[in-house]
Amino acid sequence: MAIKIHAKKLNFYYGAHQALFDNSLEIEANRITAVIGPSGCGKSTHLRIYNRIFELYRDQRVEGELLIDGKNVLAPKVDVLELRRKIGMIFQKPTPFPMSVFDNVAYPLKLHFKLSKTKIADRVEQALRGASLWDEVKDKLKASGLALSGGQQQRLCIARAIAAEPEILLMDEPTSAIDPVATLKIEELMLELKKKFTVMIVTHNMQQAARISDYTAFFFQGYIIEFGETEQIFTNPQKTKTEEYITGRFG
Amino acid sequence: MRRRGLSFRKLSDRLVRLFSTIAVLLAVGAMLWIIIVVVIYGAKALQWSFFVNPSKPYGIPDGGIANALLGSVIITLGATLLATPPALAAGIALSEFKDYKKLMFLLRFSANVMMGMPSVLVGLFVYIIMVVPSGNFSGFAASVALAIIMFPVIMRTTEDMLAMVPYTLRESALALGMTRMRTTLHIVCMSARKGLLTGILLALSRVSGETAPLLFTAMFADGWPNNYFTGPTANMPVLITEYTTNSPFAAMHEAGWGAALVVTALVLIINVITRIIFREKGHGH
Repeated sequence: MAIKIHAKKLNFYYGAHQALFDNSLEIEANRITAVIGPSGCGKSTHLRIYNRIFELYRDQRVEGELLIDGKNVLAPKVDVLELRRKIGMIFQKPTPFPMSVFDNVAYPLKLHFKLSKTKIADRVEQALRGASLWDEVKDKLKASGLALSGGQQQRLCIARAIAAEPEILLMDEPTSAIDPVATLKIEELMLELKKKFTVMIVTHNMQQAARISDYTAFFFQGYIIEFGETEQIFTNPQKTKTEEYITGRFG
Repeated sequence: MRRRGLSFRKLSDRLVRLFSTIAVLLAVGAMLWIIIVVVIYGAKALQWSFFVNPSKPYGIPDGGIANALLGSVIITLGATLLATPPALAAGIALSEFKDYKKLMFLLRFSANVMMGMPSVLVGLFVYIIMVVPSGNFSGFAASVALAIIMFPVIMRTTEDMLAMVPYTLRESALALGMTRMRTTLHIVCMSARKGLLTGILLALSRVSGETAPLLFTAMFADGWPNNYFTGPTANMPVLITEYTTNSPFAAMHEAGWGAALVVTALVLIINVITRIIFREKGHGH
């Protein structure tokens, strides 16, 4: 088992308010790790540390270490732009850019690599295939990304996120704004994605976590209450809080 | 349980509807009235020569508005070119760099002050800092005055339009490894481009009828506007004011009204174009 990400005692603050307490996790490579817990427990906050996206907001800060392939990426001298190339992120609501389907996927490619036009077209096709979207959009690559359906838009965002060949994919409730059929497609896609990427998914949907993830972390009030193999968490939780949550007694 | 009388509720419903209808009629009526008056008085002037001849000195027949129209276009375009870049930049700063609270407070506060400043004061200001030292009126000075009036309008609409772009769009751009600057210019402004254009057009139509600042800066000249930077420049608002109030000649009164009709039509057209551009924005967000 290869550890891809090792979070060590992460503490997170919104201004003076502490939102995460001593979060430690070991994430295995090429597996899906689900993050579950009631609203406001810090799931998304935790995920947003990994690509340092929280730094957009000046009053947010983190303490602790986050090792990716053994290197602490929270160190000030780490190049954030390169870090974010290595870590793709998918958000709750699809966020296609106001440009064509093709350009949406080509954007990160052009941003990070010097490629010929044909190479870019190849990579865009690859990424769209990788996101199981190619067959649906191959005839309308020039149409606006905003003209696609919600589920297609989300897969477009996945294609965009995997185009620049990241190693890790962070998904922050990627299906909560998507209809059930499209959700199923994205779940199937995730099982494909883990062959190439290390996937972390925040979800409110416990069935989803049980269906697709290999490991599950249960968050509560900023603490990681329990972390283990998904099957064990759902069939034989060690902590009462976990059991109460997964059996639907709160949250 | 005792039912409450229906009649009062129905009556108050009817009253509110009546008042709203009257209010709508008043607003629409006032606009129509203005347009009708302008058309009645101005229509007679609209002949071919009116559009192609320059204005002539008092008492000389066959004067037109061509020089004033051209002068106004030059002055307003100049003002738009001067105002747009800094106003967009300031609007972007207000919306995207909220974290610099004190600086942004200062910017917003001074823009509010500018927004409330009477345009005659702006004209006087430019007169003192540009016209007096250089010793001559100029179309360029007028552009500066109008630009000062346009600046806060464009800035505020820019801020509002960028605020409508969802935060997750910024985050997803940054999450791909874009810099803050690229995210702002390529993604956020691209998303809001129609809104930004709308703001510029609105500001343009707002200043296209401004008269007071032009009296202090462009003044007026009967010739073609061929010395925009160094001499008085013909323009529509001053022509309208002069012709309809100062001239003793009936033909000039008529021409003044004709010019007023042309300005009204142009402002209307700009507004309709703005509407169309903004309505096309029918996607996603």
